[in-house]
Amino acid sequence: MSKKTLLNSKDIEIILHRLACELIENHNDFSNTVLIGLQPRGTYLANRLTALLRNEYGINNLKLGLLDITFYRDDFRRRDSPLAATSTEIDFLIEDKKVVIIDDVLFSGRSIRAALTAIQSFGRPESIELLVLIDRRFSRHLPIQPNYKGRQVDAINEEKVLVSWKETHKKDAVYIELK
Amino acid sequence: MDQLSVEHLLGIKYLKATDIDLIFKTADHFKEVINRPIKKVPSLRDITIANLFFENSTRTKLSFELAEKRLSADVINFSASQSSVKKGETLIDTVNNILAMKVDIVVMRHGNVGAGVFLSKHVNAKIINAGDGTHEHPTQALLDSYSIREKLGSVKGKKILIVGDILHSRVALSNIFALQLQGAEVKVCGPTTLIPKYITSLGVQVETNLKKALEWCDVANVLRVQHERMDIKYFPSTREYTQLFGINKEILDNLGKKIVIMHPGPINRGVEITSEVADSNQSIILNQVENGVAVRMAVIYLLAQQIKR
Repeated sequence: MSKKTLLNSKDIEIILHRLACELIENHNDFSNTVLIGLQPRGTYLANRLTALLRNEYGINNLKLGLLDITFYRDDFRRRDSPLAATSTEIDFLIEDKKVVIIDDVLFSGRSIRAALTAIQSFGRPESIELLVLIDRRFSRHLPIQPNYKGRQVDAINEEKVLVSWKETHKKDAVYIELK
Repeated sequence: MDQLSVEHLLGIKYLKATDIDLIFKTADHFKEVINRPIKKVPSLRDITIANLFFENSTRTKLSFELAEKRLSADVINFSASQSSVKKGETLIDTVNNILAMKVDIVVMRHGNVGAGVFLSKHVNAKIINAGDGTHEHPTQALLDSYSIREKLGSVKGKKILIVGDILHSRVALSNIFALQLQGAEVKVCGPTTLIPKYITSLGVQVETNLKKALEWCDVANVLRVQHERMDIKYFPSTREYTQLFGINKEILDNLGKKIVIMHPGPINRGVEITSEVADSNQSIILNQVENGVAVRMAVIYLLAQQIKR
């Protein structure tokens, strides 16, 4: 099993700043925008971006929600191991809001398809955008593309993209691992 | 994530403590779902569930039906009073005919003890027992424990009193199993004629003085007197029962502590519990009903997860 570092902590820091700036470019002061981190792994990126926008770019009225998509997935009863749900924490309505869905890795697009269905349970948003740290090109099962992406990679199916965060693995890094 | 250790929900006595934990954790998520503007998830779109009620029910039937619909399952309902059971069809024939219409899960209430276990051995579907005679009512016990956990933080180490008609109550038996499995202490209180002779063999204490029993407990789960199951007279009069075992505001106010009041319904107001108590802020009766939907969603979801096509 070989493991290659794709992004180190410095790369990730630069990317986070760029993504934050791109968000500001399109959403100004975020008065009509909400950020939704996908549980479980998208929430680290969502929390990090929110902190950055707040502390470094002075955006104070940010709304961040966490969305669990377990009950909306299309592989229920089709997997070997059962799915574990995590909590959904959205304490605002998204009716007529601009929603930015945040996840760490975009692969088949199926999680995002589930998130698009799930988010409708909280109202009818004005628009939905997608932000991902890693976009695995050429591996999509559905016609879904990100609006903001940290880095695009051409990983083959046997390869796995691992994102580690300071909060959980002591270090910010992205690896490609060959199974 | 773990799976349930059982293939059907026939009774609490077949469950392990980890199963109850898993059901409660899943129910937490569903409780959040049923408080959203749109209270429905698409998980069980390709699952069909039959609700077979051979005995009357309002709350349980509605609660199951709502839980099934919130999970997007297709639902068919059956009541024995309007069916061919009256024409002499056997239980297995009735159910197999229904299963021939491609049903995956059967929720059944039946007057006979062990009807669910019997069915699970003879038909190819997941069985959920919604009450079998005077035996078990597992989802009621689960939602009762879930409500205690929600109100008091945990069930472990708590003192739970079950008051009333223990002899005819499937709620009492399922509750005893569920509470003990989670490490609670259980005491029952009622007229000696309505307390089963061998109840102490389950590790349950018996107290016939209501005031003493209430002073002991953290939670009192009050049961209805089931006149419809009584073939002989178990106590002289309803009035005497109310005087000795009815819970009213005075008796609660004199306890020196605030206990939690529960009731699985239907309530006979003014018999086992006064309106004042049932509607007071000590009572979590309506929370029980709300939690019932979330807990039943969790049970159905976890059992459906085991179905492979």
